[in-house]
Amino acid sequence: MTAPHLEVAEAPTTPGTELGSPATGVAVPGTAAPPTGRAYAVARVGDVPPGEGRAFVAGDVQVAVFRLRDGSLHATQAACPHAGGPLADGQTDPDVLVCPLHLYGFRWTDGSSTGGVGPVRVYPVREVDGMLVVDV
Amino acid sequence: MTAVLGGRPEGLTTIAMDDDDLDTRGRLVVVGNGMAGARLVEEVLERGGGEQFRITVFGDEPHGNYNRIMLSPVLAGETSEDDIVLNSHDWYADNGITLRAGVRVERIDTAAKVVYGSDGTSTAYDHLVLATGSYSFIPPMTGVRRDDGSLLPGVYGFRTIDETRDLLAATTRCTRAVVMGGGLLGLEAARALQGHGMQVDLVHAMPHLMNAQLDAEAGAILERSVEALGITVHLDVLATEVLGDGHVEGVLLKDGRRLDCDLLVVAAGVRPHTDVAVRSGLEVERGIVVDDQLRTDDPDVYAIGECAQHRGSVYGLVAPAWEHARVLADVLTGTDPTAEYHGSRTATKLKVAGVDVATMGVSTPERDSDEFLVISEPRRGVHLSVVIRDDRLVGATLLGDTRKVAALTQAFDRGSALPEERIRLLVDLTDGKEEVGVAEMPADSQVCNCNGVTKGALCGAVADGCGSVGAVMDRTRAGKGCGSCKSLVKQIVEWAADGDVTEDPAASYYVPGVPLAKPALIAAIRERDLRSVSAVFAALAPGGKEDARSKMGLTSLLKTVWGTEFVREKDAEFVNDRVHANIQRDGTFSVVPQMKGGVTTPAQLRRIADVAEKYEVPMVKVTGGQRIDLLGVRKEDLPAMWEDLGMPSGYAYGKSMRTVKTCVGSDFCRFGLGDSTQLGIDLETRFQGIESPAKIKMAVVGCPRNCAEAYVKDVGVVAVGNGRWEVHVGGAAGATVRKGDLLATVDSPEAVIALAGRFVQYYRENANWLERTYDFVPRVGLEHLQRVVVEDAEGLGADLDAALQRSVDAYTDPWGQDGREPATPGQFRPALPLVALPQVPVR
Repeated sequence: MTAPHLEVAEAPTTPGTELGSPATGVAVPGTAAPPTGRAYAVARVGDVPPGEGRAFVAGDVQVAVFRLRDGSLHATQAACPHAGGPLADGQTDPDVLVCPLHLYGFRWTDGSSTGGVGPVRVYPVREVDGMLVVDV
Repeated sequence: MTAVLGGRPEGLTTIAMDDDDLDTRGRLVVVGNGMAGARLVEEVLERGGGEQFRITVFGDEPHGNYNRIMLSPVLAGETSEDDIVLNSHDWYADNGITLRAGVRVERIDTAAKVVYGSDGTSTAYDHLVLATGSYSFIPPMTGVRRDDGSLLPGVYGFRTIDETRDLLAATTRCTRAVVMGGGLLGLEAARALQGHGMQVDLVHAMPHLMNAQLDAEAGAILERSVEALGITVHLDVLATEVLGDGHVEGVLLKDGRRLDCDLLVVAAGVRPHTDVAVRSGLEVERGIVVDDQLRTDDPDVYAIGECAQHRGSVYGLVAPAWEHARVLADVLTGTDPTAEYHGSRTATKLKVAGVDVATMGVSTPERDSDEFLVISEPRRGVHLSVVIRDDRLVGATLLGDTRKVAALTQAFDRGSALPEERIRLLVDLTDGKEEVGVAEMPADSQVCNCNGVTKGALCGAVADGCGSVGAVMDRTRAGKGCGSCKSLVKQIVEWAADGDVTEDPAASYYVPGVPLAKPALIAAIRERDLRSVSAVFAALAPGGKEDARSKMGLTSLLKTVWGTEFVREKDAEFVNDRVHANIQRDGTFSVVPQMKGGVTTPAQLRRIADVAEKYEVPMVKVTGGQRIDLLGVRKEDLPAMWEDLGMPSGYAYGKSMRTVKTCVGSDFCRFGLGDSTQLGIDLETRFQGIESPAKIKMAVVGCPRNCAEAYVKDVGVVAVGNGRWEVHVGGAAGATVRKGDLLATVDSPEAVIALAGRFVQYYRENANWLERTYDFVPRVGLEHLQRVVVEDAEGLGADLDAALQRSVDAYTDPWGQDGREPATPGQFRPALPLVALPQVPVR
């Protein structure tokens, strides 16, 4: 595996993408565009409490990053493909993420829905030196 | 017409790879390709039995497997033959099953384990299943048979597709029919023939129609309905002779009357097909005798369906046959080698001669203590009755109106609790619009209004193989919104599956991810001292696995059980509880400050106005609960807003006590009989923030004019004068509208608070997750509640009071708590606005 392409060191070129900057953009329903393979360190590990999710901006992509109680990390697009719900506010277990608005579930494995709506885009995420790094 | 039903297109052949020597799979031979035999094969395949067994099926008839129950509609011309095919020849080929259609098994050599077919072949088996079904019984009548033993031309049974075809052909030549037998099949045949324009006489040996299922009174009502169709019914009389030389010309009755006819249909019952079993030396009484694993007295020979006799019973219905198939498939495939069949509680639902009939269990009371409720409306052709024994439904008969069949079937099958007012079993006593039976609902009518699911979509899910109510709900999301349609969804699924619904084991669980009902779960939590949601999963969930959809319910339960000793985990909370506000469609939140009893002050209003302006709140609205709602608040603004408001949370977001509505009571209202305003404030003070299985809404009114709608609240208090207060429980005015039940009338506001407290605590400890009081109260029964809560007959009163007091003492204002110091990093961090804000226009 090649070293992640980190853009932390340089000044961000997209406004609002400083490390740990919250997602504040306007989102529309639907599945996000496929990843292009750029890696961004979005936050420190401790910024995401165990079992919860938080939304960040990676480059110009809004992502929701989750740290499960078993230690595993997951990242998805930030808005629910169904009606744009804030997925970072959802509840999780080792299999699925549940959107808080209409309780649609999405599998971590491939982002597919357990309830018949469009899939959610999942992004590779890993920990590098205490940072959460997302490939978008 | 000689077409083979479910046959293969001509020219298509299957190459059989007959590698007998190489194939190590066991040989499973099924004799009989009817409803039972084919179902067994399906069940075996479903359990992966295709890997275990080489399967051969013998069918007497040349056809694939068809739905025998549907022969009546075929005869009536309402259904085409093709529509009743269950498994075509192709299906057998595709699944690697050898179908020997048109080959009758003559004899079994149980010692050599070989069956001999009518075509001279022999087939070896390791396991043999007899599913030979039954045949039409032809009562002894002079002249019914010719010398060679065959039936006189013009005389038919009504059992197979070939007989049905013959009858259909006969309707074009014949004009007068006699149908012998006033049971199900006879009535169906009579109705179908009459529909083809024939003049039909129905002869029945018993004093009333459908005597096996109906009592005399119901039978008489059915008789009138049948006569109204133009069918002449002759009861309590035997036919002794069939007239005609070379072709039927009439029948002679025992009383001397002669009925002319050119078609005679004999539907005088069926007899189990046991010839081959008898010839092969198996134990046969009325049917082939089997044990609880459907095994005959030969350990490798089984019998299922109508030919089997289990614990003295021979069943003539499809449901038991399917149960046989399930159990035997479990045994044969080893899926559950200990599976046993313990008899069926038979329930049938059908349309006989255009009349809906549903019967289950006994039709009349058998013991002195049996309760028997009958509603008879002969003019409308409706006759409904139920038999109740020891508070359980043991029988029901519905004739002419089967709208309540789903609920009754469920009560009958599962022994579930019955309403105190027994009449509710048979009729709906609501004032609302007439409830339409699920059968009559059009397919496009919407059942789940939250998720837009139609009846057709539910039926589609059942047709696609969803075998339980839960599976259908998962697939369609029906009932997953407000939940008020769940019982209707259940009824429709049960109807669509024709009662063949597997009970969701999960239906009794408190939450889906922990396989325990609420009482057992509470006991385990106490016993193992589990104080956090993650501890509950680790100790009680299968594999210790977390389940996202169970977390909220567990959080609520643990708070109820442990009070201040609960170990809070924010990730186990729903977002509303994490940030103490109600999430809106655009990802913003609504903020509702507490306003006890709906009473506010100019100073409070001024503060609310200032806050609304400062944070550019897009909408300020007065709620239905007599409070003020600030809508469209950004998550990150919540703590500062609370600080500026300086008011406690109104809990307008949680599964908890929400608000107590009041009227102006005795201080100002000229009709007021009691100080409802103060009592409302006192109730809200006591119950503020108390978490519960579902939200609790309360109201207090100062007189029965009910201005604050106390009659339709979870707990509603009504002043009735002389210092007395009525306490109503289980009311609702949401997706479900229900007037609360009067729990008791008490003498003082203190007594109201005490009684309401006991009720709330009993509800908290015993209701299922998300079960509102309007479901809980009827489920446990008002009388039971009165015994426990009012009379303290079970001695729980002191415990309930103490448990509630602990929760009251544990109250803290969440806004004061998390406002200053977030509970977790980023608790109030934006999770992104979803649509351009403000979406709601500022007014």
